[in-house]
Amino acid sequence: MTGSLNVLGYAVATIGPAIGLALGISKAIESMARQPEAAGMVRTTMFIGVAVVEALALLAFVLAFAL
Amino acid sequence: MLNVLAAAEWGGEFEGVLDPISALFEFPPILELELFGVDLSINRTIIIAWLGTIFIGVLFTLGARKAEVIPGKFQAFLEMIIDLNRTIALEIIGPKGTKFVPLLTTLFVTIFVLNFSKIFPLFMMPPTSRAAWPLFLALTTWLVFIGVGIKEQGFAGYFGGILFPPGVPKALYIILTPIELLSNLVLRPFTLAVRLFANMVAGHILVVITLVTIHVFLPSMPVGWMVGVFGLIAAPLVFAFELFIIGLQAYIFGMLSAVYIGSSLEAHH
Repeated sequence: MTGSLNVLGYAVATIGPAIGLALGISKAIESMARQPEAAGMVRTTMFIGVAVVEALALLAFVLAFAL
Repeated sequence: MLNVLAAAEWGGEFEGVLDPISALFEFPPILELELFGVDLSINRTIIIAWLGTIFIGVLFTLGARKAEVIPGKFQAFLEMIIDLNRTIALEIIGPKGTKFVPLLTTLFVTIFVLNFSKIFPLFMMPPTSRAAWPLFLALTTWLVFIGVGIKEQGFAGYFGGILFPPGVPKALYIILTPIELLSNLVLRPFTLAVRLFANMVAGHILVVITLVTIHVFLPSMPVGWMVGVFGLIAAPLVFAFELFIIGLQAYIFGMLSAVYIGSSLEAHH
């Protein structure tokens, strides 16, 4: 077996953001279904939150290559 | 996976060192150029990017030259693209958003076309998978949303707003200010660029591996061709998935640009 431990590290690092994204997006879908008239605002806020959570996974992606 | 492919290509045994994965993204220069010590060589990526830019220019010039009140099919298609970005701008930025429709449309169309060369026959290489393209596109957004913030709220107002958000206990500023500084000025453009870049790199490697699997396994006679047939079935699905990713990344980039511009247009509450 050859390869880089960084890739395994990246795999571990995606668990947290994955759970975070799942929680955030599922709540957003729920509230969009409850109040369709607020869908635009919910979607915007969801994307801001998604961008923040996803930043962690992206940082891990970069560090997996950089270190 | 790559070792298996190489072994099959070399007839069962592969002794040697594989090319690093960056060989998929770096092409030898067609025309060597150097200006003030900066490497400006023209290679395949640059030519693809130029062709994409020319395509966008020709498309929109043709569409806008004979604009009619009742649009034909071609004009209606272009108006659909602009209307999509107009909806994003109006929904996210608000009434002031109409000013930013040209910027958002340009970003969306540029990213879509450059990404699309990933699955376009003969090109098969997205220029956006080289870090410079997403970085400079994100830099554009960065300059615009900081410029808009300073213009609308004044220098002190804008930076005061993002560094010391009102309605927070004074003691918390010790933690909050560094986080806000990092998040607003560094992480926003950085994640914008890396999101596009990482998706394009991963997509390009996926497409290459699918096509190389077909190329290697389909002619190998006893049993190997079954893997090749599997590759043939998988290839259209991979391409469709990549088309989805291409559109999604272009949409997300424009949408987050709109979110960032919108957040610097109005002061924090």
